[in-house]
Amino acid sequence: MENVFQPLRAYEHWLAQYKRVWRGTIGTSLINPLLYLAALGVGLGTIVDESSNAPAGVPYLDFIAPGLLAAAAMQTAATESSWPVMGAIKWTRTYYAMTATPLTERDVLIGHQLFVITRVLTASTAYLLIVALFGAVHSWLGLLAIPVAVLIGTAFSMPMAAYASSVEQDRSFPPIFRFLIVPMFLFSGTFFPVTQMPLVFELLAYLTPIWHGVELCRGAMLGTLELLPALGHLAYLLAWTVGGFLLARRSYKRRLFR
Amino acid sequence: MSDNGSMIHARGLVKRFGDLVAVDGIDLDVRRGEAFGFLGPNGAGKSSTMRMIGCVSPVSGGTLRILGRDPDADGPQIRARLGVVPQQDTLDLELTVRENVLIYGRYFGLTRRELRPKIDELLDFVQLTDRAGDKVEPLSGGMKRRLTIARSLVNDPDLLLLDEPTTGLDPQARHVVWDRLFRLKQRGVTLVLTTHYMDEAEQLCDRLVVMDHGRIVAEGSPRQLIERYSTREVVEIRFEGDRPETLALDGVGERVEELPDRVLVYTHDGDATAAALAERNLPPHATLVRRSTLEDVFLHLTGRTLVD
Repeated sequence: MENVFQPLRAYEHWLAQYKRVWRGTIGTSLINPLLYLAALGVGLGTIVDESSNAPAGVPYLDFIAPGLLAAAAMQTAATESSWPVMGAIKWTRTYYAMTATPLTERDVLIGHQLFVITRVLTASTAYLLIVALFGAVHSWLGLLAIPVAVLIGTAFSMPMAAYASSVEQDRSFPPIFRFLIVPMFLFSGTFFPVTQMPLVFELLAYLTPIWHGVELCRGAMLGTLELLPALGHLAYLLAWTVGGFLLARRSYKRRLFR
Repeated sequence: MSDNGSMIHARGLVKRFGDLVAVDGIDLDVRRGEAFGFLGPNGAGKSSTMRMIGCVSPVSGGTLRILGRDPDADGPQIRARLGVVPQQDTLDLELTVRENVLIYGRYFGLTRRELRPKIDELLDFVQLTDRAGDKVEPLSGGMKRRLTIARSLVNDPDLLLLDEPTTGLDPQARHVVWDRLFRLKQRGVTLVLTTHYMDEAEQLCDRLVVMDHGRIVAEGSPRQLIERYSTREVVEIRFEGDRPETLALDGVGERVEELPDRVLVYTHDGDATAAALAERNLPPHATLVRRSTLEDVFLHLTGRTLVD
């Protein structure tokens, strides 16, 4: 029987690598969402707050702060499981170094995903602390936004890892970001309630994992979370995570052990 | 612990990729302490065979036992006892020389405490001690290869697999690598390597198989193969420009092999044959007498040269 701690050995590789490049990743993972928060939450927010129908009845900054947390988790996770996964197969061949040892495709996949989770976890914790200082966290339930962000991350990174390990060219990635990730960032409840959109788009938004993540983060940080809908959102994110993991494991096996 | 004490035991081993048959039913037995080679041109099936032996490529047909175990069932357990030097380096270019061995050792579950003295010893063995703290990226190809070898030894493997260990290296770097591999062989490490360099095979291998089109076409020690499939000496004839039509080679030597750029005359006595050729008005500077090599064996068996 394989050792259940084996994925940690692969994880160590990614940590050692990250020690050399972590400074560069703060920009995309932490500073980007804070810039959005300043421009839209503070800048645009002053106009929105003067109108009589502010969403959720809270200051606009407080409304979008959870949305941006969820969106940043999605973007960090999707990015970390795209080019780096292909790179570990085609360019650095790191995965092949791992599979020449007792590590299996499962260990290689989980080890890499643990690192993606680490990235999401640290970035969302730092972000939550900062927005808490702005008074955007209304409840202790807000702490739940961190594990939720991790689940949002895995809901995106697992399917992305499955995709990245099955394609041959890195030009396969930009369309995914352009036509899926960016629209989800803009139209899945991050900046305005999806009920504002025509019905078709509203229904489409409910299908995206990110809408469920935004709802969870918002409910947690504003203290309005209700148990039953929350369980539904969690189950949906978990389904994407598990489904993505199974696909990715199959794809890793095909690619690394052929 | 294993089938008749063999480290690698294969019968009718097959590897298919869709319709392509990369390995077409080969039989092998590699004994403990042996240095065993696969010689053949690119595409002969050497690397596919090595990947199956390395337990990273499922067997399509036949039987394969590595260290007495079945790769399909016990891949991770077998890999724990193998050292692998892949054809393309898989080093972490961003990390230091030392970190590379450390991280690789961790894949095997070795502790940092166990690894500390081990890394010193291995870097000393591959002569990289003074580069231990340097990043890998700017190292030369030969140094990277030596680091890959150091890394492959971190688990004290029972069996070391080397896929084209010196391809792409300059002659001096190749000799350094050969020297290190020769020392491993003297220590009793079982080596299995693929190569398309006959000199590499002659230097390192106790026994080898010649592969072509996924099959084994000959097996034996380098000396046996040369005795069996070639003559002791060869006279090479090179022409300036086209081959003169008047040149008749009938009755010269044992056998004549015509290549695009030269003619090879296989003979037991090179000097006598060269003299006979001179009598046929062939200028002396056009002929070269040399000993037979594995290249000649390969040419005879397949009708092709190893490196085109």
